[in-house]
Amino acid sequence: MKQTGNDTVITLQGVKKGFGTLEVLKGVDLEVHRGENVVVLGRSGSGKSVLIKIIAGLLRPDAGKVIVLGQEVDELDVRQLRELRLKIGFSFQGSALYDGMSVRANLEFPLVRNQRNLSQQEIDQAVRKVLEDVGLSKTIDQMPSELSGGQKKRIGIARTLILHPEIMLYDEPTAGLDPVTSVEINNLINEVQKQYRTSAVIITHDLTCARETGDRLIMLSEGCFLREGSFEAVFDTDDPKVTGFYNYNFISETNERN
Amino acid sequence: MKIFFLRLYDIWQFTLQFWKEVFLPPYEVKEMFNQFFEVGIRSLAIISLTGFITGVVFTKQSRASLAEFGATSWLPSLMAIALLRALAPLVTALIVAGKVGSNIGAELGSMRVTEQIDAMEVSSTNPFKFLVVTRVLASTFVVPVLAIYMGFVALMGAYLNVYQNEQTGFVLFFQSAFARIGFLDLLMLVVKSAIYGFTIGMTGCFAGYNASQGTVGVGRAANASVVVSMFLIFVEEVIIVSVVNTYK
Repeated sequence: MKQTGNDTVITLQGVKKGFGTLEVLKGVDLEVHRGENVVVLGRSGSGKSVLIKIIAGLLRPDAGKVIVLGQEVDELDVRQLRELRLKIGFSFQGSALYDGMSVRANLEFPLVRNQRNLSQQEIDQAVRKVLEDVGLSKTIDQMPSELSGGQKKRIGIARTLILHPEIMLYDEPTAGLDPVTSVEINNLINEVQKQYRTSAVIITHDLTCARETGDRLIMLSEGCFLREGSFEAVFDTDDPKVTGFYNYNFISETNERN
Repeated sequence: MKIFFLRLYDIWQFTLQFWKEVFLPPYEVKEMFNQFFEVGIRSLAIISLTGFITGVVFTKQSRASLAEFGATSWLPSLMAIALLRALAPLVTALIVAGKVGSNIGAELGSMRVTEQIDAMEVSSTNPFKFLVVTRVLASTFVVPVLAIYMGFVALMGAYLNVYQNEQTGFVLFFQSAFARIGFLDLLMLVVKSAIYGFTIGMTGCFAGYNASQGTVGVGRAANASVVVSMFLIFVEEVIIVSVVNTYK
C-alpha cells in the first residue's frame, strides 16, 4: 500500500486555458497531496499536457490559481520560478534529451548549473547514482540517438531525479513503448515515488499505467474533470464518455498484447 | 498588419532580452567556446575556397577594363579597396548566413519542437543564456575574424593572378595594395562584419527559438534564418556605406 500524506503540494483552483478560440481547460480544480501519485486520464487533445505545463509554469493560465509547494506560480518572478522548479521534475513525452550531448552530459547539465560548488567527483557520483536508480549505468557515454525509446524515457527521468525533486510531472510516460517496456516504466515511477519520496502528477491515456502507478485517478474530458477516485471507482459508471474511453483502451491493449 | 507589428514587438523583446542576459552572470563560457569553434573553425574551409576564388576572378574581370587605360598597375590597390572595403565582409557574412545561420535556426527550432528548450527551462537553467547569448556572441566575434582572413586569402588569390600575368613581386603587390587602404577601412571591415555577425546570430536564434508547428516549423526557421539575415545584411551594407561616405 502506498503511503499518502495530508499536506497539499499542488493546488489548482478554477484554472482555465485556451488557445485562440479553442478552450482547452474550462475551470479545473485539483489537489495533490504529499507522497501521492495522481493520474490524469483523458483522450488526446483533452488538455492533459497543458495541465502539467501550467503546473510547471511553462504555460500561464488565462484564469484561476496554481499553487505549488505553497507558492502561487503566476506571481513568481523569473528567479523565484527557477528556484521553485528545482523542486519539480518534468518527464517529457518525447524524453526531450539534448541531442548534442551524451547521456553523462545530459545528466550533468542541470546539476552543474544549479549546484555550482560541486566538485567533478561529486558530480560523477551523482550521475552514476541516478543511472543506477534507473538501471542504465552502461549507457553513460552513449548519445541519445543510440538509445531505445524506453531507455530515453529512463534517462529523461534520471535527469530530473538528479536534482532530487519533491514533485514529479510525467507527460505520457508510456506513450509509444511496447507493453514490456511500459511495465518497466510503470515500475520505475513507483520506485521513484518510494525511493525519492516524490508526489507526482502522471498524464496518460494508458489504463495499465494509470492502474499501476496511480493512488488516485482523475478523468479529464473536454477541459473538465469528469470523475475522480480509485481506478475501480472512476470506471464504475455508465457515463458513455468514461465507458467509451475504457472500452477503446481495453480493445487497444488487447490487440497490442495479441 | 497587426501580425507584422506583433512580430516586430517580439523581435524587439528578444533583442532587449539578449542585452539584458549578456551582462548578467552566470556566463556560459564553455558553450561559448564550443560555438566559436562551430562558427569559426567549421567555416574556414568554405571561406578559404570562396575567398581565393573571389580574389582570382575579380582580378581577372578587372584587368581587361584597366588595360584599356593602360592602368593594370592599379590592380593591387583596386583589389585591396574592393576586397577589404566591400567584398570580404559581405561575402563572408553571406556564407556564414548560409552555413551557420541555417544551422542555428534548424538546431534551435528542432530543440523547441522536441521540447528540449522546455526541458532546460524546467530544470531551472536559463535556455536563453545557454542557447541564444552564446550563439549570438560567437557569430558577432567570429565573423570579423573570418572576414579579415577572407580578405587576406582573396588578396593572395589576386596576387597569384597578378604575378602570373604581370610578374609583380610579392612585396610590391602588397605595398601597392595597402597604399590606398587606411585605418578607417580596416576599422569598418571589423565593425561591419561584427554587425553582420550579430544580425546572423540574432536572426537564426529568433527564428529557431520561436519555431512552432513541428518539423514544418523547423524547416521554416532554417529558411527564415538564411533569407532574412541575407536581406538584412544587404540593407545594413547600404546604410553603413551611406553613413561612412557622408562623414568621410
